[in-house]
Parts: sequence; structure tokens; C-alpha cells
Amino acid sequence: MRLYTICVYLFLYIPIGVIALFSFNAGRHASQLQGFSTKWYGKALNNPFVMDALETSLMVAFASALCASVFGTMAAVALQGIKGPVRAVFDLLIYVAVMIPGIVIGIATLIGLVTVFDQLNPLIAAIWPGGFEPPKLRMGMGSLIAAHTMFLMALVVIIVRARLAGMDRALTEASSDLYATPMGTFRQVTLPMIFPAILAGFLLSFTFSFDDFIIAFFVAGSETTLPIYVFSSIRRGVTPEINAIGTMVLGVSLLMLITAQLLLQRGGKKSR
Amino acid sequence: MTQRTRNWLLLAPAGTWFLVMLIVPLSVVFIFSFGERAPSGGVVPAFTFEQYANLPARWTAFKNTMTLAPVGTLSALVIAYPLAYFLAIKANPKWKTILLVLVIVPFWTSILIRSYAWIFLLGGRGIPALLDFVGIEGVRLINTPFAVLVGIIYGYLPLMVFPIFVSLDKLDKRLLEASSDLGAKPWRTFVQITLPLSIPGIATGCMLVFILLMGEYLIPALLGGGKVFFVGNALVDLFLQSRNWAYGSAVAVTLVVVMLITVTVYMRLISRLGASREDVSIM
Repeated sequence: MRLYTICVYLFLYIPIGVIALFSFNAGRHASQLQGFSTKWYGKALNNPFVMDALETSLMVAFASALCASVFGTMAAVALQGIKGPVRAVFDLLIYVAVMIPGIVIGIATLIGLVTVFDQLNPLIAAIWPGGFEPPKLRMGMGSLIAAHTMFLMALVVIIVRARLAGMDRALTEASSDLYATPMGTFRQVTLPMIFPAILAGFLLSFTFSFDDFIIAFFVAGSETTLPIYVFSSIRRGVTPEINAIGTMVLGVSLLMLITAQLLLQRGGKKSR
Repeated sequence: MTQRTRNWLLLAPAGTWFLVMLIVPLSVVFIFSFGERAPSGGVVPAFTFEQYANLPARWTAFKNTMTLAPVGTLSALVIAYPLAYFLAIKANPKWKTILLVLVIVPFWTSILIRSYAWIFLLGGRGIPALLDFVGIEGVRLINTPFAVLVGIIYGYLPLMVFPIFVSLDKLDKRLLEASSDLGAKPWRTFVQITLPLSIPGIATGCMLVFILLMGEYLIPALLGGGKVFFVGNALVDLFLQSRNWAYGSAVAVTLVVVMLITVTVYMRLISRLGASREDVSIM
């Protein structure tokens, strides 16, 4: 039994380890170890395409995680206080957002937005004052952030709601009995208690957005995110440079995840 | 400001976002699936079932998905269960959390990079070269259904372990002691107590993995090398290469419908299984 467990852990971590190991390979060939070197990291970090893609990915991940955390938390707090059809509709929307395969979300966003943009662009051009180039709505970073935010919002609502449900109701009641305004209660009682969950939601959202390939593949327009760059490089062949990028991506995700995990655990203990 | 208006204001951004980025796009897909292909690559509005009638053209993609998704789910279950069992029941409580976190963490890291790792391992200079070295020659692993299966198991194992772990961890350990005190062999205790009580976890794990597999694109694209392709790969081809939006929409709608039907039937079966077990326990 113990041996089996060890084998499964090896199965889970050997591939990651191999990538990391070969990223320090000095040789040109991806599959022969020839001494230790960090030159592939230097090469990756000096590659303007990689850095551009990294910048796009970081911006998209930050913006969509931020929007998702704020709007998701707002919705979760409001949903806590209501019942009836509105709540049922939101529950259904969250369920659909999480259940629908990412690829279908990507496709729907692509053709939905392109169709809407095709209708809106002539309209904007018509009302735009003469002499200036009218702005043109197109797929790009904006649509990517919007699509990620939609999905991640559902995720944040689920995480924050779980936290709210675990909260002792007596605390907020006590606060309002002591004449705190609803806003005061929220700021001084509710927010500090759900804050670890919000932060964890933010970090998970950031990781998800940063790692997402399939939605970005459809809605990124002419922008290139890091996963899109890596995907197209893999198609051209395996190189030590991709190993280095992969190792860095895994490293960043691991850091975020461990922080999120610690936050969720600490938050969980505090409320008990 | 009344509580009612406040709640409305709080829900407004999320509601608008869901409307614009989820409901409208999904409706467009649904409407387009009844349209006709425009020569320029867009869609001509129409009401025709032509696209749906044409679905058999992509039969292989559906067949592959509906074979490899269940097979992958079951393989992941078979590998995950003993691990979840060990973590929940046998492992030292001091190490339990950290061991569990170690299983789950890979799931949240880039599936792209993790599948890429297997290109590396299964490719010509990876495991086949090792096998070659010990005398087994001419093994080809990459771009086969087996490679896709390995990628699936590797990618989704953590998602299967977690719910099973949760249901086994909740299980009252006194039941196991009682069973062995009453003279049941370990195997019998497992079959009659542990396994039935972990069915909710198994059900959740299988459903999560299955749902995600239905929409999979990356694993077959990277490890199947164009030979083993899923509905997801057909969709990418239809929308990004041949730009056949009407037909692509019909394929996407079909995928979601098939998924919903499978999940509904599956839930029914599980709840019936749960119900019949309760009947037995009452007797």
C-alpha cells in the first residue's frame, strides 16, 4: 500500500522534475544531459516574444482576477441575504459557467462578440465626429479579460460563499444590535472574516487565468499569451528554452497555490 | 438605502457580466447552429437543421471522445482510489494534509506544461529509448491512444483523488472497528462498509473528470498528434481553420447536449444506487 502510494507520487512528480532537470541542461539537444547551465533561462528571458507574451499574460491575469474577486465577492455577499427566483437564477448561472466546457465558452465568446462588434462598429463610425478615426471594437486583451472574469467570478462566488456559510451569524447580529450601520458591520465584522477567502479566490483566479490556454486561444485576437506562445513553440519542436519557460510557469503557480492554501487554512481555523 | 436596493446594486456587475459574456454568447451559438454558412466564412441567418443533419461527418471525433472520456475516467478512478484510501485511513495524521496538498497542487498548475512533459517522456528519446536500451525495440508511444490516455490520467488524477479522499475521511472509523470486532475479514469490511460509504466521493470525482474530459482539446492535440482527436479538436478546426461557424455551432451545441444527458442519466443512476442501498440498510 505504501509502495503504491510512493509510485503514484513518483508518477505525479517525475514528469515535472524531468522538465525542471532538463531546463538546466547545457547541451543543445533537449534529451541529452550535458552539464549544468542556466543559459536557457537567460535565453528565454531575453526573447522579446516570450517577454511580450509574459507581459500580456500577467496583465490579463491581474485584471481578470481583480475584477472577478471584487464582483464575485459583491455577488456572494448579496446572495447570502436573498432567496427566491433571483437567487435561483444566479445559482443556475454560476452552475452553467462552471459546467460548460472551457472550449465552448471560448467559441461562444468569440462568435458572440464578433457578431456584436460587427453590428456596433458601423454604428460607432456613424455617430463619431468627422475628422477623427473612429475606434474599432475588436477581439484582444479586453475580450480576453472579460471572458476570464466571467468564468472566474463564478469561482470566487463559490469560494467566498462557502466562507460566508461557515461564519457565525451571531457575530453580524451582535454587531447590528450594538448599532453598527450595515456598512460598518460589513467593514468591521464580515470583511475581515471573509478576507482570506477573497484573497485565496484572487490567487486561484490569477493562476487559472495565467495558465489558461483554451479560452485565450479563441478570444485573444492578435494578442499572444504565454500559454499560446508555448503551445505554438511546442508544435515547432521541443527545445530546452520551453523547458525553462515551463519550469518558471510551474514555479510561479506553485508559489501562488501554496499561498492560497495557507490563507484558506488559516481563515478556516480562525473562524472556529 | 434599503437592503433590497443594496442587494440589487451588489448583484448588478456580476449579473451584467453573466448576461453579456455568458447568456448572449451561448444564445448566439444556439441561433447560429440553425444558420447556413456564408461564403465569406460567417453565418447567413436561416432556420435549417442542415448543420445537425451533417453531424455524422464528425462522427470519429464524437466516437473518440465518448470512448476515451469514460475509459480515462475509469482508469483515473482505479488509480486514485487506493491512494485516497491510503491518505484518508492509513496515513499518519501528521502527514495527511501535506500529502493531500501534494496530490492536488499539480491539478492547478498549467495542464499545457504538464502534457508537454509527456511529449518529452513518451517521445522517441524518452521511454522508448529506455526500453530500447533494455532490449525491447521499436516501441512507439507518442501519438497513440495510449499516450492520450496517459495524459488524461496524469492530468485529472488529482481531481479524482480529492472527492474520494473527502468521503473516506468523513467515514466514522468506529464502523471499521466494529466490523472487524464482529469477525469480518478486512476485505469484507472494505466491500460492505468502506466502499459503499465512499460512493458519493466516487460519483463526484467521476463526474468532474468526465465533464472536463468531454471538452478536452490540449491532451489529444499534444499527445495524439492529429491521429487521436476529440470533439474539442474538431471545434478548433471548424472555428479557427475552416471558419465554418454554423456547422461548428451545431457541433458545440451537440457536445453540450450530450454532456447534459450523460450527466443527468448518471446522476439518476447514482441516486437510485444510493436509494437502493438505504433500503438494504433499513432491512
